[in-house]
Amino acid sequence: MALLQSCRFLAAPRLAAAARASSWWSHVEMGPPDPILGVTEAYKRDTNSKKMNLGVGAYRDDNGKPYVLSCVRKAEAMIASKKMDKEYLPIGGLADFTRASAELALGENSEAFKSGRYVTVQGISGTGSLRIGANFLQRFFKSSRDVYLPKPSWGNHTPIFRDAGLQLQAYRYYDPKTCSLDFAGAMDDISKIPEKSIILLHACAHNPTGVDPRQEQWKEMAAMVKKRNLLVYFDMAYQGFASGDINRDAWAVRHFIEQGINIVLSQSYAKNMGLYGERAGAFTVICSDAEEAKRVESQLKILIRPMYSNPPLNGARIASIILNTPELRKEWLVEVKGMADRIIGMRTQLVSNLKKEGSSHNWQHITDQIGMFCFTGLKPEQVERLIKEFSIYMTKDGRISMAGVTSGNVGYLAHAIHQVTK
Amino acid sequence: MAAAASIFASVPRAPPVAVFKLTADFREDADSRKVNLGVGAYRTDEGQPWVLPVVRKVEQLIAGDGKLNHEYLPILGLPEFRANASRIALGDDSPAIKENRVGSVQSLGGTGALRIGAEFLRRWYNGTNNTATPVYVSSPTWENHNSVFLDAGFKDIRTYHYWDAAKRGLDLQGLLDDMEKAPEFSIFILHACAHNPTGTDPTPDQWKQIAAVMKRRFLFPFFDSAYQGFASGSLDKDAWAVRYFVSEGFELFCAQSFSKNFGLYNERVGNLTVVGKDADNVQRVLSQMEKIVRTTWSNPPSQGARIVATTLTSPQLFAEWKDNVKTMADRVLLMRSELRSRLESLGTPGTWNHITDQIGMFSFTGLNPKQVEYMIKEKHIYLMASGRINMCGLTTKNLDYVAKSIHEAVTKIQ
Repeated sequence: MALLQSCRFLAAPRLAAAARASSWWSHVEMGPPDPILGVTEAYKRDTNSKKMNLGVGAYRDDNGKPYVLSCVRKAEAMIASKKMDKEYLPIGGLADFTRASAELALGENSEAFKSGRYVTVQGISGTGSLRIGANFLQRFFKSSRDVYLPKPSWGNHTPIFRDAGLQLQAYRYYDPKTCSLDFAGAMDDISKIPEKSIILLHACAHNPTGVDPRQEQWKEMAAMVKKRNLLVYFDMAYQGFASGDINRDAWAVRHFIEQGINIVLSQSYAKNMGLYGERAGAFTVICSDAEEAKRVESQLKILIRPMYSNPPLNGARIASIILNTPELRKEWLVEVKGMADRIIGMRTQLVSNLKKEGSSHNWQHITDQIGMFCFTGLKPEQVERLIKEFSIYMTKDGRISMAGVTSGNVGYLAHAIHQVTK
Repeated sequence: MAAAASIFASVPRAPPVAVFKLTADFREDADSRKVNLGVGAYRTDEGQPWVLPVVRKVEQLIAGDGKLNHEYLPILGLPEFRANASRIALGDDSPAIKENRVGSVQSLGGTGALRIGAEFLRRWYNGTNNTATPVYVSSPTWENHNSVFLDAGFKDIRTYHYWDAAKRGLDLQGLLDDMEKAPEFSIFILHACAHNPTGTDPTPDQWKQIAAVMKRRFLFPFFDSAYQGFASGSLDKDAWAVRYFVSEGFELFCAQSFSKNFGLYNERVGNLTVVGKDADNVQRVLSQMEKIVRTTWSNPPSQGARIVATTLTSPQLFAEWKDNVKTMADRVLLMRSELRSRLESLGTPGTWNHITDQIGMFSFTGLNPKQVEYMIKEKHIYLMASGRINMCGLTTKNLDYVAKSIHEAVTKIQ
C-alpha cells in the first residue's frame, strides 16, 4: 500500500494522470472522532428527560444554562456606544489588555511587573497562547526539545506541543488510588528531569483531575524545579474560577517568580469571564530585564504574523474594559466568585447526597478537588452503566464537569453514582 | 538572588515588520503635509477609517439579541458563516456546491486561512509530510506568504515571474515558462484579484492560459482572495478566476479574507474554501483540518463571523453590503484616474496608464528605492520601498501634493 502510494507521486506522467483523475486527497485518512464530542452527540440523541451532560467544559448556571456575566454585558454596552473603528490591532494585541492581563496574573505589587521585565502578547484564548509559547520555545529554547506534562493533563496539550515540534514526556501527578495528588511521585519524577527541560504546570484547577498542590507542596516543587534548572511553563486557564479568589488562584505563579524562576505563562479568559467564543487570552514571558523583554517580544511577533497576522479585538476589548474599569472589575470579582461558589456548592451537595444515599465510599476527593472538573474515581464499567442506565454522560476516565451539575439534578446524580458503586 | 544567565540572553532582536514600521514612522512625523500610503486599509476621502454602515447596523442587531451568548463555536467555525462565505467565492450556481464537494474552515483572517491550508498541504499533499514540495509565490508578492509556508514546514519556497518592471505589467510569458518548468505537483499561490502589491491581474484570457498549463503539469492552485468585491466593485467579476478553475475541474484551496470587503480588519474574519473531487474526499480533508485548527486556536472568534453571516443571509443586508463595497471600490477607481490625470498634466516623465490599468487597493508606481526615500524624507509621503502605494491613502485634498511630489521625485532622483 505504501509503495503504491509513493508510486502515485513520482513524476511518471501516466501514473500522475491516474492520480490526478482521482483526487489529491484519496490517501487522506479520516481524523479520529473527538471523544468529548462523542459524549455530547450521544447526550443529544438521548430522549430521557433526566439526562445529564457532564462532559461540557463550559460553565452553566443553576438552571443548566450558559451564563453571560453582567460585567461583560456592561462592557459590551460601553463598546457599542463608543462606535469605535475596526482597524487592525498591533501584532502583539491590545496594549491595555496585555498590560492588565500581566498585572492580573503577576499582581500589581510584583517586582517583575513593575520593572517591566516581562512581555505579554495577546493570544487566541488559552490554546492560541499555549501554541505561541510552544512555537517560541521550539525556536529559541535550544537546550531541550522535551516538555514534561503532568500525568494526566489536558488532552490538547500533547498535540499542541507536538505540532510545535517538541517532544512530550510525563511526570507522575494524579494518584488514582486516593483520587488526589501523588506528591511523592511527582517530586521523585521532577527530581530526575534532565536539566533545562521544559516542565508544564497547571496554575490552578488542574484539568482534568481538579487536584491542585497545596501551597506548602508548591513551595517544595518550586525549590526542586529551581534546583533542576527547568524552564517552567504555567497554564492558567481558571484564575478566579477555582477558589473564587484571583490572588489565591495565582499564588503558585507569583511564588515561582518571587523565587527567581523566570516562567512563561499562558492565560485564558474563556471561563473566568465567560468569553469562550471570543478567544481572549495572553502569553507572557518573564525576562531578565526590559531590554530582553523587547527582544523576546520582537520574536513573538515574527511567530504570530504568519499564523494569523494579528489577534481578534472583541474579546480582548471586553476583558480590558472590565479589568481597567474599577466598578466593572469589582463586579467581575463578585461574579467570578459566584461561579466558583456555585461549583463548590455542588461539590458539597454531591458528597452529602451520596452520604444520604447510604454510600459507604470515601467521597472526600470530590470536595478536595477544585475547579470545573472532578475525577470521580469511577471505573469505565461504572461510567458505562451511568450512561446506559441513567443517561448521565461523562468521559470514560470518570471525569465530570461540575458545571453540568445543578441543585435540580445533584440528587439524581448522587443516586445514580451510588447505584453503580454500591 | 543572583540570576543565572538567561535562557533568552541570545534571542536576537527581530527586525520590525516593514509595513507596520512605516505607519509607526508616519505617526511620529509632525509635518502637517504628511500622507500615509503604506498599510493596506481603506480610508474615506477624509482620510478616516470607515466602518461599513451595514456592519454598524448588524452590530446593533447582534447587541440587541438577548438570545446570543459567547459560547464556543465549533472547531471549524460558525456553520452559517462557512457555507455562505464559500458561496460568495464560488457563486450561487457553483457546480461544486451543487455536487456537495465544497468544504469550509472559518479562519482568523486571510492569513489564518492560508496557514491552515499550508499546514494541511504540508501534512497531506504530495505524499505525507512532504516538506520538499516546491511552493511558488509571485515575484513580488505579499511578503507574509513566504513566512506562512515556511512556518508551516515547507522547505522550498520559490518565485514565479509576475511583474514586468520594464513594461509595468504582467510578465505572462515568464509566468507560463516558470509553470512549465516547475516540478509536477508544485503548489502555486495565485492572487484571485487585485494582486498585492502590484495591482496587476491576468485578463480572463490569460487566466485560461495559466489554468491550461497548471492542468497539464498537475500544479496545485492555492488562491489568495483578499479583495473580492473591493477590486472591481463586483463580487462576481472579482471571483471569475477562482470560478473558472473550479469549472475546469481543479481541486483547489481558496483563502478568503473579509478584512477589506467588510472592513472587519480587527475581528479576523476569514474562510478557507476547499474544493475537492467529491464529498467523501472533502469530509476527510476537513476532519484533518479540524485537528490542525485544534492545536492552533481550538475554535475561531465568533463576533466577526456572526456579522458576516447575518449580512450574507439577509437579502436586504446583502444588497446594502454590496452597495457599501461598491462605494469603496468606486472611490479607489476615482483616486486612480485623478492621480493619473494629474501626473500626465504635469508632464511627469514616463507613462502613467498603469495607475488606472492596475486594480484594487495597491499600485506599483514604478518609483525606485531612492525616489521612495525622497518621498518619505523630503515630502513626508510614506510608501513602501517597493514603490507600492495604497490608493486609499489618497484624498481629494492631498492628490495635488502627492502628484507634485511624485513628479519631483521622478525628475530630481534617478
